[in-house]
Amino acid sequence: MMWVRSSLAYPASFLLMLVSQALITGTDFIAVLLMFSHLKSFGGFSLAEMALLYGTASMTLGLADLATGSVERIGQRIRGGELDVWLIRPVPAFLQAVTDNFALRRLGRPLQALLVMAIALGNLPINWTVPKVLLLAISLISGSIIFAAIFVLGAAFQFISIDSAELANSFTYGGQQLTQYPLSIFGKNIVRAVTFVVPLAFVNYYPVLYLLDKPAPLGLPAWIGLLAPVVAVVMIALAALAWRGGLRRYRSTGS
Amino acid sequence: MSVIELQNVSRAFTVSSRTGLRRTRREVRAVDGLSFTVEPGEVVGYIGPNGAGKSTTIKMLTGILVPSDGTIRVAGVDPSRNRMKLAKRIGVVFGQRTTLWWDLPLKDSFAVLQKMYGVPRARHAENLATFVELLDLGDLLDVPVRQLSLGQRMRGDIAAALLHDPEIVYLDEPTIGLDIISKARLREFLAEVNKERGTTIILTTHDLDDIEALCSRVMVIDHGRQVYDGTLAGLRASQSAPRTLVVDLASSMPPITVDGATVTKVDGPRQHLTFPTSTSAAPLVAQIAANYPLVDLSVAEPTIESIIARLYTAATPTP
Repeated sequence: MMWVRSSLAYPASFLLMLVSQALITGTDFIAVLLMFSHLKSFGGFSLAEMALLYGTASMTLGLADLATGSVERIGQRIRGGELDVWLIRPVPAFLQAVTDNFALRRLGRPLQALLVMAIALGNLPINWTVPKVLLLAISLISGSIIFAAIFVLGAAFQFISIDSAELANSFTYGGQQLTQYPLSIFGKNIVRAVTFVVPLAFVNYYPVLYLLDKPAPLGLPAWIGLLAPVVAVVMIALAALAWRGGLRRYRSTGS
Repeated sequence: MSVIELQNVSRAFTVSSRTGLRRTRREVRAVDGLSFTVEPGEVVGYIGPNGAGKSTTIKMLTGILVPSDGTIRVAGVDPSRNRMKLAKRIGVVFGQRTTLWWDLPLKDSFAVLQKMYGVPRARHAENLATFVELLDLGDLLDVPVRQLSLGQRMRGDIAAALLHDPEIVYLDEPTIGLDIISKARLREFLAEVNKERGTTIILTTHDLDDIEALCSRVMVIDHGRQVYDGTLAGLRASQSAPRTLVVDLASSMPPITVDGATVTKVDGPRQHLTFPTSTSAAPLVAQIAANYPLVDLSVAEPTIESIIARLYTAATPTP
């Protein structure tokens, strides 16, 4: 709440930040557009389908970043002693960590993603049924949760190794780069890794495949996209355990 | 009933150091078999050299750190198990860092704390008005915390720690880096809070004057062990560290003779005399004034460091 207010203290500068944030995150999509000026389809995806994939990847990461992106600063907060201050307050440390320096400019990415998604959906001949609308809505939520859980897992790892913030970034921001392309263009091993190890494929790829009536890779059933909420729940549980473990370790080692 | 109870509390840290290729792990006991109790309304000075275990003790009392051994009860509960519940009943001030929000004006920080601690609006307003007056915060309420001077920030921090009517307040070096006037004002305020509200205060400090002005009781800790627990006067007397009387005479003179004190240094018209802690300075001053052309004088108390140094070298630490 207070960070929202401090963001809005300078409305013009806030607006500029928001627009520049949207533009910066949008440059990826411009690369996709350029690519399609030479290609008709990419990994079996048309431009509009790519746009949907891009939009959902960007939207889910954007929402996760908005909600939990601040936890990646936990290493700094441990070093600076702010974590001790959080621990003397009657509010869970996690809540204070995610609201720490809450940056409203992070709205830029979801806004830009919303635009791309709207264009994509307007150009796709999807036969909309109630289950498909639900699937899209739910997979956006579960995808955001998966990214958010990865943010938190990365932060929890910083309790052990304070300078490991970049490691988590390679899975979150790096994960978004990955998931904006049809995963079938990558090797089978990568697809296996993002299905079974770090379940980035469930963020948007499998749900979008289902939405577009495309077959799943690795001989997986087409309904695998419906498992996204289950994966999200598992990821929340893992993230919560890791965070608690990290905090317990901090409180029992003092470092 | 005691508000704080420690029984045989220890806290060990593992320090790993690297010598060549071999990594050795060593266990350091920051706090080692500490036992004490504090009664409601007491003001306790908790002193000791750097690295003695003061901050570790405070962190265990607040529930931030879990003790490796022993039991702690604060306000009737185990702090590490009931950390968030206890948080509403304690206030903490870290001298070296702020608990306020860097970019927010002071009054917004206070408003956030009111919500966080669930303080009833009326009570919050009442407390805020009291602290604004006593700590002279009126002009600072609209200033972002990052623009406050150290002394102003400290006043803000102390108000913040007290807004939710805590039963116990821990102050970790609250006067560090403050000028004399700010220090005096702060001490006055804390004494007032203790008297009016019966708040128990635990204060770590390097400044003996803080203890002198505020604390009815002093605890000295070194290497994680308690080496003294009692009054400040008792601490001074027990260690018989000599006090120093500095007299400025009208002109340079040979060393003066005074009963009960000896001249240790002559520096032009200024002479330094030492006398035991057990002796009062007043008769000495009267004696000198009667026999010599006295212009000015001052009494230097033994520094906390010198007293503590004696405490450690003493064969048997005074209980």
